[in-house]
Amino acid sequence: MKYNKDFLGGLYKMMVRIRTVEESFVQPILDKKIICPVHLCSGEEAVPVGISASLSKKDFVFGTHRSHGHYLAKGGDMGELVAEIYGKETGCSRGRGGSMHLIDPENGMLGAAPIVGGTISLALGAALASQIRKNKQVSISYFGDGATGEGALSESMNFASLKKLPIIFVCENNLYSTHMHISKMRDNTNNIADLAKPHNIKSYTVDGNDVLKVYETSKEAIEYCREGNGPVFMEFLTYRQRGHVGPDDNIQGTHTDIRPREEINEWLEKDPILRLKKVLLENNFFNNAEINKIHKEVELEVEKAFIFSDNSNKPQIKDLSKYVYK
Amino acid sequence: MSINNRKLTYSLAVNEAIKQMMEIDESVFVIGQGVESPWYVGNTCTGLIEEFGEERVIDTPVSENAITGSAVGAAIAGMKPIVVHPRVDFMLYAFDPIINQAANWYYMNGGRASVPLVIWPIVNRGGEQAAQHSQALHSLFAHIPGLKVIAPSTAYDVKGLLISAIKDPNPVVFIDDRWIYGQESNVPNEIYEIPFGKGTIRNEGNDITLVSFSYMAVEAQKATDELKNKGINVEFIDIRTIKPLDEDIILNSVKKTGKLVIADGSWRTGSFAAEIAAIVAQKAFKYLKAPIERVTLPDIPAPASSELEKAYYINSDNIIEAIKKVVNYK
Ligand SMILES: Cc1ncc(C[n+]2csc(CCOP(=O)(O)OP(=O)(O)O)c2C)c(N)n1
Ligand SMILES: [Mg+2]
Repeated sequence: MKYNKDFLGGLYKMMVRIRTVEESFVQPILDKKIICPVHLCSGEEAVPVGISASLSKKDFVFGTHRSHGHYLAKGGDMGELVAEIYGKETGCSRGRGGSMHLIDPENGMLGAAPIVGGTISLALGAALASQIRKNKQVSISYFGDGATGEGALSESMNFASLKKLPIIFVCENNLYSTHMHISKMRDNTNNIADLAKPHNIKSYTVDGNDVLKVYETSKEAIEYCREGNGPVFMEFLTYRQRGHVGPDDNIQGTHTDIRPREEINEWLEKDPILRLKKVLLENNFFNNAEINKIHKEVELEVEKAFIFSDNSNKPQIKDLSKYVYK
Repeated sequence: MSINNRKLTYSLAVNEAIKQMMEIDESVFVIGQGVESPWYVGNTCTGLIEEFGEERVIDTPVSENAITGSAVGAAIAGMKPIVVHPRVDFMLYAFDPIINQAANWYYMNGGRASVPLVIWPIVNRGGEQAAQHSQALHSLFAHIPGLKVIAPSTAYDVKGLLISAIKDPNPVVFIDDRWIYGQESNVPNEIYEIPFGKGTIRNEGNDITLVSFSYMAVEAQKATDELKNKGINVEFIDIRTIKPLDEDIILNSVKKTGKLVIADGSWRTGSFAAEIAAIVAQKAFKYLKAPIERVTLPDIPAPASSELEKAYYINSDNIIEAIKKVVNYK
């Protein structure tokens, strides 16, 4: 095994942090204690965790409607995430944005927004800024398979390739865009990663549930980008274990989840956390007690994050117009 | 029209209008994201795929610009498309085909080809959805020459206006609002049209004129009913279509009452409420006995936190407050 214990433990812990906090939202959503629309990323943790392992604080990330993992993996504070979802003044967006608008500029997380494809060109702009300033910051644009339908992606790839911008287009292909299977959105001979080819952009298709594969390929891509070789396109095959929005669209009555049970079960077996756990145990990096200790630590952190949110105030009505202009 | 006591919800009236027009006119088709998913379009498209097939009821990839452009192009080529956007916010990707192309096409081509198209953005807000899932942009569309804009508030009106929109040879923006979907009224079974530019007086009164449309008309009705109990007789006008606008119905009422409140569910600056105020200030100046009041959203993006949402969104209470202010003006 070419990795050391601490490094792998770090990846594991970050994935567990994301999963545990995601799952902690399930009951409050069903109880309607959480009101804002929440797009859980359970099952997709390996992508941002594997990528962020090669990013520095100064590198840029732009996210989507499903960005809890992007935010946490880039160093975002868990308490501020929970508080944002509860609409508190202490949330990372001061309760003005909710789950779909996560930001942490100090850690390079420049924002997330639910307009599909809407942040791709913004990440392009961050890459442009980095090129103009010559400071080798790499820009990550996260988007889903659904966003490949938007023209903005194609336009951004062309410009990135033309200017050799340090951007990585990261497509989290979880096979669905809300209620729609990918086969209803794209001709099935039309692989997503191939979209990069006519733009002469280096591209990869990677098992997005294997955090080590994610890490290895994205490390290579990030270095390539950082050295000024131009953009990279990465497609990660993954799957959301929860509904499109909230824990289970069918329980909630939104009825957008038409995914076959067998398919869901198949992907549950490819759970990225269980897979890394197996590696950790089989290589005797960790024993079960140590693994449990990580989970315990994380549970404590999540508990603290909820307490932080619970103890925080809602924004005050007198501040309704605060933040319209600086 | 036959006397009819059948009650239908607003959203099912939309459904029926589309269904009946698709039955009688093969050039009508529906395209847009989520037409097969109630999560996106409520029950407005229920049964359409089953009846007309996927060729005429087309759920699409997430490609608002191309899909809207394709609807515009199909209209130019002789079809009568209805292009739906489950949120007007998503439709902002499609401003080029709507504003540059569809709205201008007939004029800039000297009347050689028109664009018989219904553009159907749905407003859906509240529930802490924040700034990109809450916008109401009817005033923006009203600003564009070449577009017609309808903004119904009842089941009866939406069916008749939507049928008129489908039959209209021009691009018509159908302002739809999820908050109205459950409203019920009597709706005739058959196909009927409501002409554009004809408002309706929902309540006759002498004390003040209240003008509204779309969801705010529901709140305006509530305000009117409450004020009746308090001895204020509101003349409430639902204009139903923003463009063309029934100026006469508003002016005639203001000539009688001398007082005007306009309730518009979007932001204040550049709002359609401002347009109505300007028209009345110009054409009924000498009849006005008090300054005109507008009930609008503040010029602020929609917040997430429900604490702020409560202060942000407007309802019948805000209308009542404004009416009292104008009525008591000295
Ligand atoms: C411009 C735009 N169109 C439509 C939507 C509605 N919408 C919300 S999430 C979503 C699905 C996106 O799917 P994908 O990009 O694959 O991301 P996933 O939810 O699978 O993570 C859609 C279509 C939107 N938010 N923005
Ligand atoms: Mg997807």
